[in-house]
Amino acid sequence: MTIGQHLPENYHLRARFETIFLQPIAAEQGHSYFQAPLLSAQKGAGSGDSLPHPHRPPMSSIISVANLSKTYGSGFKALKNINLDIKRGEIFALLGPNGAGKTTLISIVCGIANPSEGKVLVGGQDIQTSYRKARSLIGLVPQELHTDAFESVWATVSFSRGLFGKPKNPAHIEKVLKDLSLWDKKDNKIITLSGGMKRRVMIAKALSHEPQILFLDEPTAGVDVELRKGMWEVVRGLQQSGVTIILTTHYIEEAEEMADRIGVINKGEIVLVEDKATLMQKLGKKRLTLHLQGKVTSLPESLSQYRLDLCDNGATLVYDYDTKGERTGITSLLSDLRNAGIRFNDLDTTQSSLEDIFVDLVRAS
Amino acid sequence: MNYRAVRAIYLFEMARTWRTLLQSIVSPVVSTSLYFVVFGAAIGSRISQVEGVSYGTFIVPGLIMLSVLTQSIANASFGIYFPKFTGTIYEILSAPISYVEIVLGYVGAAATKSIILGLIILATAGLFVPLHIHHPVWMLTFLVLTAVTFSLFGFVIGIWADGFEKLQMIPMLVVTPLTFLGGSFYSIDMLPPTWRTVALLNPVVYLISGFRWSFYEIADVSVSVSVGMTVAFLAICLAVIWWIFRTGYRLKN
Ligand SMILES: Nc1ncnc2c1ncn2[C@@H]1O[C@H](COP(=O)(O)OP(=O)(O)O)[C@@H](O)[C@H]1O
Ligand SMILES: [Mg+2]
Repeated sequence: MTIGQHLPENYHLRARFETIFLQPIAAEQGHSYFQAPLLSAQKGAGSGDSLPHPHRPPMSSIISVANLSKTYGSGFKALKNINLDIKRGEIFALLGPNGAGKTTLISIVCGIANPSEGKVLVGGQDIQTSYRKARSLIGLVPQELHTDAFESVWATVSFSRGLFGKPKNPAHIEKVLKDLSLWDKKDNKIITLSGGMKRRVMIAKALSHEPQILFLDEPTAGVDVELRKGMWEVVRGLQQSGVTIILTTHYIEEAEEMADRIGVINKGEIVLVEDKATLMQKLGKKRLTLHLQGKVTSLPESLSQYRLDLCDNGATLVYDYDTKGERTGITSLLSDLRNAGIRFNDLDTTQSSLEDIFVDLVRAS
Repeated sequence: MNYRAVRAIYLFEMARTWRTLLQSIVSPVVSTSLYFVVFGAAIGSRISQVEGVSYGTFIVPGLIMLSVLTQSIANASFGIYFPKFTGTIYEILSAPISYVEIVLGYVGAAATKSIILGLIILATAGLFVPLHIHHPVWMLTFLVLTAVTFSLFGFVIGIWADGFEKLQMIPMLVVTPLTFLGGSFYSIDMLPPTWRTVALLNPVVYLISGFRWSFYEIADVSVSVSVGMTVAFLAICLAVIWWIFRTGYRLKN
């Protein structure tokens, strides 16, 4: 398998780039941005905060998207007949390359863009006919950093709460700001904050009105690794307090790390929705790596049926196989190798990551 | 009705005004004072009287209207354009608020600001010339009506504009000329008959005429026509805004 050559957006390379090069930003701050939070319990949330997620009572769907299509004014069809249900209390990762339609989907659910066709229910409320009820349930953290400049952190977060029609509640705002490590910045003008802090201000704004659903559109794009880990802790804390979280990402590791379920979207279509564990299991492939005795420059004709890759200048041989297939082909491969006179010192197998699965899916669609 | 949202937007916009107090209040007051010096004192000393009042006194209602009009448009257009420009409009669009509430918040704040400004200019004018207002209630009615109408107009411009040039264009190319030609500094009765007919096509003439009548009981056109025209323009702006929100024009994709 030649991962890296077929990537739609070089996303894993970018993830690595940011991991490696953006670290000093975190170091400079000298502490973790996020204190492991338990943001205040949300009303209407699922019972049993302390129960781990899989043992909750059967989850009903909190968002239901049916036959949703979106054609932009330019004539571009960004979403094609999307059907999707988000379960109450879960963390759902919407995974897809840039331009797949993730932001478009979120924008429609949140009321920022109009759907061309189809229907969306949020908490059982139609987003068009009962937009007030539907929208009050949602907190949105958009992809881009859109903040005011001259308002203070406290003012902008309080403004958001007012906008959602909630009575003043300084205690709640204080809690949100503290959970996001923004408390000591509450009187600072937003313009004086760093990018990472601005993103947290946007999260604070989204949480100011105690939403039951939180949309995080690429929350960790361009965010250094420490900050990203902190963000994940925040998200987990929110889930424990009963908030349903939908995050979009093109970092596989994020979906793999965070999500209960994963939806893969590509070119405006939902390619797949699956429990993460099932997905890994169902589509998981294994890779057999053989470390050869001496280098091999080319493989004999007798091995062509196996689609082998020669790596490290002929020092290793890589074989991908399906674990759920009836025959893995390993036995015959090994005997054919012996017949061809190719010997090896060692071998190991690895489970393929979600990243591999994703690349396969996107390539296939 | 989501009153808290209206309040939040209104207070947010007013806070912006207080932050830019100098620019918002002081500069119009200074420029108005300059008009008095130039037109009232320098030129006015050579013009005897217009329809029974001194020239300096005569131009006061026109000067107030000039500021109220331009400031209403500037405030309201900037108020809604800026969130579009910075992207913070996402929050307004995703909040559980109706179009009416959005307009109330933004237009209400813009109109409040220009009404305050109009009153400050009135007070400033009182320092230069003797003033007495025959119909204070009508004066306030015209002031509020004009401020609201042109704030609505500014709101439309702010939504339509997709760049700072466009934001400036309408006020500069349309509103300022119409205001200057609308009888701020003269009575259109002073014009030759043909030009007088042309002037009557200018909607600002009706505003200034009505407003001046509330001060001195002198008017170019009858007061009811003035009120009628203002309300008609208000209705047009409301219709356009209704259409904007119904279609999502320049707000929603
Ligand atoms: N306002 C718009 N007008 C026309 N096309 C758009 C608009 N916004 C997004 N698109 C297009 O729709 C597609 C999906 O965009 P988006 O939802 O932002 O993708 P993602 O968030 O998955 O990266 C892209 O091809 C993008 O170019
Ligand atoms: Mg996006």
